[in-house]
Amino acid sequence: MRSDRGQSAPLGLKIAAACGLLFLHLPILLIFVYAFTTEEKSFVWPPPGLTTQWFAVTWNRPDVWEALSLSVRVAAISTALALVLGTLCAAAVSRTKFFGRETISLLVILPIALPGIITGIALRSAFSLADIPFSFWTIVLGHATFCVVVVYNNAVARFRRTSGSMIEASMDLGADGFQTFRHVVLPNIATALLAGGMLAFALSFDEVIVTTFTAGQQQTVPIWMLEELIRPRQRPVTNVVAMVVVLVTLLPILFAYYLTRDGDQIAGSGK
Amino acid sequence: MSVDVTMPRATAPAILPGSGGMRGALSDLFWRRPQLLLLLMLLPPVLWLGIVYIGSLFALLAQSFFSIDEYSGLINRQFTLKTYGDLLQAANLDIILRTVTMAALVTLASAIVAFPIAYYAARYARGRWKALFYLGVMLPLWSSYLVKIYAWKLILAKEGILTWLLAKLHLLWVLDAWLSLPVVGGNSLSVSFTGTFIVFVYVWLPFMILPVQAALERVPGNLVEASSDLGASPGQTFRNVLFPLALPGIVAGSIFTFSLTLGDYIIPQIIGTSRLFIGQAVYSQQGTAGNIPLAAAFTVVPIVIMGFYLWGARRMGAFDAL
Repeated sequence: MRSDRGQSAPLGLKIAAACGLLFLHLPILLIFVYAFTTEEKSFVWPPPGLTTQWFAVTWNRPDVWEALSLSVRVAAISTALALVLGTLCAAAVSRTKFFGRETISLLVILPIALPGIITGIALRSAFSLADIPFSFWTIVLGHATFCVVVVYNNAVARFRRTSGSMIEASMDLGADGFQTFRHVVLPNIATALLAGGMLAFALSFDEVIVTTFTAGQQQTVPIWMLEELIRPRQRPVTNVVAMVVVLVTLLPILFAYYLTRDGDQIAGSGK
Repeated sequence: MSVDVTMPRATAPAILPGSGGMRGALSDLFWRRPQLLLLLMLLPPVLWLGIVYIGSLFALLAQSFFSIDEYSGLINRQFTLKTYGDLLQAANLDIILRTVTMAALVTLASAIVAFPIAYYAARYARGRWKALFYLGVMLPLWSSYLVKIYAWKLILAKEGILTWLLAKLHLLWVLDAWLSLPVVGGNSLSVSFTGTFIVFVYVWLPFMILPVQAALERVPGNLVEASSDLGASPGQTFRNVLFPLALPGIVAGSIFTFSLTLGDYIIPQIIGTSRLFIGQAVYSQQGTAGNIPLAAAFTVVPIVIMGFYLWGARRMGAFDAL
């Protein structure tokens, strides 16, 4: 029960909060304007004219499609791996108390708590020590490692809310372990897993720091963008790709929020 | 949970027969030996993280004790502390000091910008507005990192929207005066430390807002009321009641802003000067210079700093606010 309910905020606070939110959102909105600019060489504002021709140009660029396809495949497989590993870990940690339980939570969180460059260079030096050549799978290896934590966080929160007596009831009614999992546990955690999977997909789709160390010569969408930021070839195409990336990451986040909005822990509050 | 309502009630027995066979035996085994099930559940994730991640970290640590032969450029795989000696050269210490200073300033600025948003969202926003605030922080948090940096490249460019806006307001002289300052200035904002600083604050800000908001939501409203009943001014209430209670949240947020700034190499590379940060030093040492031992030694610096930072944060109770 809050005593300040119904009171309105001081004007200064309102202005500061509004300015903060604008600061967070205006730069992203700007991307949408630049995708339509006719200017090719500079970042001049205001745009001298508006056009949709760059969408067609981008559509016909094979390098963009290749990067997109690689990113989607990496994100899909990393998400699948993270779903399995994260759910297993969450089930074990939340169902039973055992020695080393805290250590396991720490182990899962570590890849995302340490700066990405450490994860990246650690993987790279391990690949070089073990003479593993860069491939599709070296990217997946890195991505799955830091995606586990997102699935884990969502699943642990849901397991905590699911009461153990339901599982006991199912067993009492004669269901075996697999039936209980299929008909009782899975329907309960399904939306949390879906939300975790969405977030893991978005995380992997956007990852650049670890990927630069594990990709070799391959280009995911973020690596393609980084390349364009450092050595621009055709700026309008970069603008269009940036806009598409914003839209592609927006949808899974909104959906994950929608799936878990009633819970005590809403998906995505930790990245 | 869905209940199968189409199932004919009359024929369904209250207790199903055991499924028997391999599956039943396995299920019974797990029931009798829950430890076995636990082990089987933990094995895949622990093996994965243990081998892939912890293994890699040890490989990295091991590399930092190797050295590079300066003439042939080959890695000499023998234990030595020479690489750590190289790390302590003045140029490298400069890089470390610059990065830590930037991380501290970014953390401070994020806390100042984040506080009003978190405070409003925690104490005044209700219902629809609350959800709006939540999404308003979440969407920038999850938006593409590179797109956010790119947006700032557009904003800070010499011909960009910021210069245009200041020109309209006849305030261009402020920008020019700022850019002519020695350390923070430069040719344009997109090639200055000021630009790097703004982008760091922008990109990590949501990581600060969320824990501060969580901490503020846990402050009972009657504490604030009691404080004003006892005659404190709003400023005194903030200083003596709210701020101390929000501090663990700020420290929790600062773990992210500090750690992420320490390790980032893309932001200063795209928006910034040619003077290096730790992340860039690591990247160039392992890439163009091919000196993996020195790069590995460099990464030990943020690990050690973050180790101390986490130790201090834990003592302040920041982990409860995460």
